[in-house]
Amino acid sequence: MAESPPVRALPRLLIWLNARLPLTETAEYHATKYYAPKNFNFWYYFGILATVVLGIQLLTGIWLTMSYVPSGEGAFASVEYIMRDVEYGDIIRYLHSTGASAFFVVVYLHMFRGLAYGSYRAPRELLWLIGMAIYLVLMAEGFFGYLLPWGNMSFWGAQVIVSLVGAIPFVGPDLMEWVRGDYLMSEITLNRFFALHVVALPLALVGLVFLHIVALHHVGSNNPDGIEIKTNKDDSGIPKDGIPFHPYYTVHDFQATVAFLFVFCAVVFFAPEMFGYFLEKPNFERADPLKTPELIAPVWYFTPFYSMLRASTFPLFGLTAKFWGLVVMGAAILIPMMLPWLDRSPVKSMRYKGWISKVMLALFVVSFFVLGYLGTIHATPLTTAIAQVGTIIYFAYFLLMPWYTRVEKTKPPPERVT
Amino acid sequence: MRSALVWFGCLALGLSAVAAESTVELEPMTPNLEDKPSLQRGMALFMNYCIGCHSLKFQRYERTADDLAIPHKVALENLVFTDQQIGGLMETAMSPETAKNWFGAAPPDLTMVDRVRGTAWVYNMLKTFYVDEARPFGVNNRVYPNIGMPHVLMDLQGTPIEECRGYTPIDILDGEETVVALREGTVDREQNCNFIEVEPGTGSMSEEEYDQAAYDIANFLHYVGDPGRAERHRLGYWVLGFLALLFVFATMLNREYWKDVH
Repeated sequence: MAESPPVRALPRLLIWLNARLPLTETAEYHATKYYAPKNFNFWYYFGILATVVLGIQLLTGIWLTMSYVPSGEGAFASVEYIMRDVEYGDIIRYLHSTGASAFFVVVYLHMFRGLAYGSYRAPRELLWLIGMAIYLVLMAEGFFGYLLPWGNMSFWGAQVIVSLVGAIPFVGPDLMEWVRGDYLMSEITLNRFFALHVVALPLALVGLVFLHIVALHHVGSNNPDGIEIKTNKDDSGIPKDGIPFHPYYTVHDFQATVAFLFVFCAVVFFAPEMFGYFLEKPNFERADPLKTPELIAPVWYFTPFYSMLRASTFPLFGLTAKFWGLVVMGAAILIPMMLPWLDRSPVKSMRYKGWISKVMLALFVVSFFVLGYLGTIHATPLTTAIAQVGTIIYFAYFLLMPWYTRVEKTKPPPERVT
Repeated sequence: MRSALVWFGCLALGLSAVAAESTVELEPMTPNLEDKPSLQRGMALFMNYCIGCHSLKFQRYERTADDLAIPHKVALENLVFTDQQIGGLMETAMSPETAKNWFGAAPPDLTMVDRVRGTAWVYNMLKTFYVDEARPFGVNNRVYPNIGMPHVLMDLQGTPIEECRGYTPIDILDGEETVVALREGTVDREQNCNFIEVEPGTGSMSEEEYDQAAYDIANFLHYVGDPGRAERHRLGYWVLGFLALLFVFATMLNREYWKDVH
């Protein structure tokens, strides 16, 4: 009897697994047989980078939670304990604090890519909405997390934002108390923010990111030309301009991830405070309800919206300026959700849109930066006026879009990707 | 009429003094965490002159001694004046109640003073005490106006006197000249009285020695504000070096795969 050749262990295990779990099938669907357009450029790195940062935040967050004490007495001291007495605690903490800012950097660039190449257009409306939901959860995550070190800016920043709820007519004051769980910012507030920051919102975030990727792989990626590669398939049904995500984009993204980590680690190891933009000076002092910081400013990633909030300076229809500020801020955060229905252009990509679209996008970006800067400094009558103009430009980009995308002259997009 | 002028003069003086102190220009100071002797001297000064009132309650003796290359035995014998163990936090022996009685408010913990106010601020604050009999502790401070503490380093520095140059201040109640000058706005106290001179022979240190002492304390507090900094910098170069090398290989791998995409 001839001896049978030895069977390699891995394929047998894989056969066993595949019979019980769609392992190979999933890998093919999402990677080896997922065809992505071959003309991705620089702007297409930020999705994977956001995922990388999410991973960094989850890992470092778990380790921080091991030593963090969510109490009024213990929170500030436990952060300093992590910084001094926990092995590599300072690096874990700075990875997390830098990661928070890095998350918003890559997400804002990711969103800009969407604006520039029309990634929100049909059939990707739901993909865009899921992405916006991720952005909202991320903002909440950043806001709740910022209270946890219990520094003086943590305290007063949260105090200012929570007090906005109080500007809502009739129910405001009661609602504010309900959000805080107390008559003022206290340990009770800290504890609920902690629960939301480490359990509820990360769960929501991971779930939404999963949905985002499933929806993306269902409709397929957009590309800088804004044309559908699925309309041009070869005989075997593979898009002619598509290449398998793995290995082509995995090696591509790996390279980008290493480059990103280089910059990221440069900040973590050499400038974790980022000149007061990532970690603000007053936050190295323990929260003190009796001592207001000289300037209460949120972290940079919220400042464009904070500027718009402050730009609302007059009451209207019997409602306070503060309430209208809240409305303006909320509307500014939510309005990008309308994009799939505001854009009436026959083309998706900025490459083929007319000059009005290009100018409006440029103005929008400039206003976002200017508003962002103004949110970090003291308001004067001049800066408030500039912020008001910036707010109008911000909203004009969205609200005038149905008009300017229809009237402008567009260029015909190519048949195949360039 | 005359008393009104005096009042106005006082007000002008007061206002200009406030303005001068809140916008006082800081002499730059670059900390150096590799200068172990400076950090050691800074710690010794802090333990001798400061910790009686100001704790460093988030930092431990052991870590500090290790980072500053001070043997534990030497540290315990020479730098720990309470009955604490080497693993203890650097607390002050003074109770908060006593402190409140003496100073009106408990002296702040200084673990993070460097990160809140900056190294140059600490350095300048130590150098800009001056005698001011109007203050409860007989001294005032240029960068920290109306400071509520004595100048504990006066033995070392000597007696610092506020000096006016370019004009001689005459007691404004008697000196008609000064009142007139104030009214016409020709006396710029901010510019003219911005000098601090130490009375010769009153301190145990020379001016250079005292500057060095102030530098050492500020340098030490810079270390305490974020004790992992030096180690992070050392490690950081290796991390960035590794990533740079990895980037080369990642680029080569990417090129290898992408050469068949057209």
